[in-house]
Amino acid sequence: MSHHIVEARDIGFIYPDKTEALKGVSFRIMHGESVAIIGANGSGKSTLLLHLNGCLLPTRGEVRIGETPLTRQTVVAGRRAVGMVFQDPDDQLFMPTVFEDVAFGPVNAGLPSDEVERCVTLALERVGMVHLKDRPPYRLSAGEKRAITIATVLAMAPNILVMDEPSSNLDPRGRRRLIGLLKSFEHTRIIATHDLELVVEVCSRVIVLDDGRVVADGPALDILDNESLMIAHGLECPSSLRLKT
Amino acid sequence: MHMADALISPAVGGTMWVVTAGLIAYCARKLKQTMKDNLVPMMGVLGAFIFAAQMINFSIPGTGSSGHFGGGLILSVLLGPHAAFLVIASVLTVQALFFADGGLLALGCNIFNLGFFPAFIAYPFIYRLIARGEPWSPSPWPSSDRLAGRHGTLRAWIAAMVAAVVGLQLGAFGVVLETKASGIAGLPFGTFVLLMLPIHLAIGIVEGLATAAVVAFVARARPETFDAAPVAAKDKTSLRPALSKVEGPVLIGLAIAALIIGGIVSWFASTHPDGLEWSIAKVTGKEEVSGSSDAVHRKLAAVQEKTAFLPDYGFKGSGEKDGIATSASPTEPEHVGPSPRSERGKLACHAFGVAKAVEEKWPAVTAGTSVAGIVGGLITLGLVCLIGFALKARRGNV
Amino acid sequence: MRLASWIEIGRMDELARLDTPVHRLDARAKVITSIAFIVAVMSFPRYEISALTPFFLYPLVLIFLGRIPPGCIMQKALMAAPFALAIGIFNPFFDRAPAIVIGSLVISGGWLSFASIILRFLLTVGTALALVACTGMYRLAEGLERICLPRIFVVQLLFLYRYLFVVANEGSRMMRSLELRTCGPMRLSYHVYGSLVGHLLLRSMARAERIYCAMVARGFSGEIKVMRKTSFQPADWVFLLGWLAFFVAARR
Repeated sequence: MSHHIVEARDIGFIYPDKTEALKGVSFRIMHGESVAIIGANGSGKSTLLLHLNGCLLPTRGEVRIGETPLTRQTVVAGRRAVGMVFQDPDDQLFMPTVFEDVAFGPVNAGLPSDEVERCVTLALERVGMVHLKDRPPYRLSAGEKRAITIATVLAMAPNILVMDEPSSNLDPRGRRRLIGLLKSFEHTRIIATHDLELVVEVCSRVIVLDDGRVVADGPALDILDNESLMIAHGLECPSSLRLKT
Repeated sequence: MHMADALISPAVGGTMWVVTAGLIAYCARKLKQTMKDNLVPMMGVLGAFIFAAQMINFSIPGTGSSGHFGGGLILSVLLGPHAAFLVIASVLTVQALFFADGGLLALGCNIFNLGFFPAFIAYPFIYRLIARGEPWSPSPWPSSDRLAGRHGTLRAWIAAMVAAVVGLQLGAFGVVLETKASGIAGLPFGTFVLLMLPIHLAIGIVEGLATAAVVAFVARARPETFDAAPVAAKDKTSLRPALSKVEGPVLIGLAIAALIIGGIVSWFASTHPDGLEWSIAKVTGKEEVSGSSDAVHRKLAAVQEKTAFLPDYGFKGSGEKDGIATSASPTEPEHVGPSPRSERGKLACHAFGVAKAVEEKWPAVTAGTSVAGIVGGLITLGLVCLIGFALKARRGNV
Repeated sequence: MRLASWIEIGRMDELARLDTPVHRLDARAKVITSIAFIVAVMSFPRYEISALTPFFLYPLVLIFLGRIPPGCIMQKALMAAPFALAIGIFNPFFDRAPAIVIGSLVISGGWLSFASIILRFLLTVGTALALVACTGMYRLAEGLERICLPRIFVVQLLFLYRYLFVVANEGSRMMRSLELRTCGPMRLSYHVYGSLVGHLLLRSMARAERIYCAMVARGFSGEIKVMRKTSFQPADWVFLLGWLAFFVAARR
C-alpha cells in the first residue's frame, strides 16, 4: 500500500544556532516494517524523528509520506497518517483528564462525540488504561503516562507509529508491557532508542546514525551483532547477542 | 501588594472588575487576530515559570536582604503586552484561588495594578523607548566593536530598571487609590502613600535588577530566543505609525511628566499666595477681588461653580476628610461637614473641632490634589496636542 | 524554594476530587453564590460586626458538607493574613473616637472597624478557599468559561495549572543541586540567580515548543475544542436561589 511508505530523500537540517544536525539522511521504510533508529547521543535521532511528521521542515531534501512530500501545506494531512510519541510524556499530556487527552486528536479531526468516545475507549483498552480515564495526567506513574501517550496517538488510528525513546524511565514491568504492546501492533513502527534489548525483541530492521548521517541500514540482527560497527559509532552489542556466542 | 477582599468595597471592586474584564476581553480578541499558534503553550508554561521564579530569591548586592521578581516586565518583553497581560492575570487568579493571595473581589484591582501598568505603560512607553529595538542581542560587528554592544546593553539595563520602578510605583499608587475609595481602611491618604511608595520603589528596583539579570543571561546564552518569542517580533512594528520616531517619545515623555508632576509634585506646591494674589492683597487687603454684582458676572460665576469639578485643586467637600484643609482663603471660616463616604467624618469633626480648619498643611498630600494635578496636566497636554495636530493638518491642507 | 506550597496545591486538588453533594453542584452555581456572598459581606458599613455573624453559615456549610478539613482552610487563611492585617491595624491608631462602652471599657471606632476587617477577611478568604476545594481548577475554569471568560484566558489558566508542578519541580531540583554544592549559608548571588532563573526560563520555553509540537501532531490548529458539557440541575437552582435569598435577608 503505497500511501504508507515513509521515505527520506537526502534530508539536511540546520538549527537556528547554526548546528548542522542532519547531513544527508536517506532511507525508505515500507508498510508494516518495524525499524529502530539507533545512534550515540547527539547523532541526530530526535531531530530526524521530528521531520517525519512535519514538526521540523528540512533545510534541504524532502520527506515523503506515501507519495506526498511533506511541506507546510501538506503537513496537516501528513499528520493524520503519522502518530508521534515523544520522549517526555509531560510534554504530551496537557489536558485536564486522561480522557480528554486521548480525545484531543479525534476531537480536532472533527469526529462526532459518540465516535470520539468509541475511539478513546478502544485506545485505552488497547493499552490497558481504561480505569484511569478520569484521572488528571500528572498524578500518574511514568509507566502509566507512557501507556497513555501511546493511547493518545492510537486514538487517531494512524498507519505509522513513530516513537522517541519509548522505554526510558520505565520500570521492568512497565517496559515488559510496552514491549508486548509494540509487538502486537501491525502498523509501521519507527523507534528511536538506546534500549538495544528492546530493538532485538521488537524490530526487524536497524538504521544507525552517526553525526547526522546514516552509517548502516539493514536487518537488525546483522547490524547489532557487528561489534566493530557498533563500537565505531559509539554503541555496543546488546548483551543478549554477546552472550549467545 | 495583593489586595485582600477585606479592604475593598463592592463598588470599587466591581468597577475594577469591569475594567479588568474589559481589558481581558480586548487582549483575547487582539491575540486571536494576531497571534501565532505556538503562543498557547508558551503562555501557559511561562505563567508556570513566573510562579516558580517568584519562589527563588537572590541576595541584593549591598544590602542584607533578598528579593525576587514579579514578572510583569519580563513577560512583556518575551510575549508582547497583550499576551503578557493575560499571563499575569492568570498567575494572579491562581494565586488568589489557591493561596488566598489576594481576594476574589479584589482580583480585578490586583490584575489591573500588577498587570496593566507593567504591560501597557511601563513596557511600551518606557522599556521599549529606552531600550529601542534589540539591544540585548550581541553586537553584529566583530568583537573589536564590543563598545557598541556594551552601550546597547547598558541602555537595556537602564530601561529594565526604570520600567520596573515606574510600573510598580503606578501599581502601588493604584492600591492606595482603590483602598481609599473603598473607605474601609482608616489610614489617611497621605500616610498610606508615604508608606507604600517608598517600599515599592525598593521592590521596583529589585524587579528591574531581577528582570535585567535574567534577560541578559538569556540574550548571552541564546540570542535567538528574542527572535523566536512568538509575538515579540510582530509587536515591535505595532507602535502606531502616525507617531514618528521623535514625536512619539516626546509626547509620551511629556505625558509621564504630567502624571508625575500633577500627581506627586503638586503636593509640594507652595501654599503662599501667588504673585497676583499677593499683589491684590497688598492693594485691596484681600487675596481675591470679590466679583462685581452685575448679572453677567453672577451668571458666569454660577457656571464656574457648577463646572469646576475640582474646586481649589481638591475634591468638592473634602475639607475635613483627612484632617487636612485645602482651602486657599485662610480668612474664611471653614465649612465643616462630614464627607459623604466617611461616617468617621462626624466623629472627627467633634473630636477636632474647627481649630484645625484655619491651618494649611504642607505638603498637601491628598487624593484631591493629586487627581486635580493629574487631570489638569492631562487636559492641558491634550489641548496642546489637539491644537498642534489641528495646525499640522491645516498646514498640510494649504 | 517553598515546595510546601506546591504540596498545598496538590492537596486542594485532592480535596476537589472527593464526591459530596457540594462537589456535585454545578461550578457556575457555586461561583455565582460565592461572589454574591463576598459582595454582600463587603457591602456592610465599616463598623459592622454583629450583622456579619450569620454570614459564617455559608462557608461553614461548604466546608462541612464538602468534607473539607477546616484546619486546612484556616492555615491558608492565616498565611494570607499579613497584608490585610498590616493595613487594618492602622485603624485603631487613626480612629480614636470612642464608639461603644462595655462596663468600664471604652472601645474606640478604630478597634471596631479593625475587628470588622478581621471578620470580613475570614469570611471572604474562607469562602474563596472552600469554593476552590470543593470544585477544583478544571471544573471552575470550565464553569467560568460558560459564564463569561474568553476561551483563550480559560485555556491559559488550565495550561498554567497543568504545568505549574512540572516547572516548579524543575526549579526545585535546580535549587537542590545548588544547595548541595553550597558550603555555608545558602545565598544566591545576583550573577548565579540570573543564570539559574535564566536556565529555568530557557527550559520552560523549550518545553513549550515541545508541547506545541505534540499538539500539532494531534491536529491542533489554534483553538482547543472542549467536549464535555454539563447542565444546571434542580439542585443547583435550589442552592443558588436559596443562598441568595439568605444573603438578602441577612443583609437587611
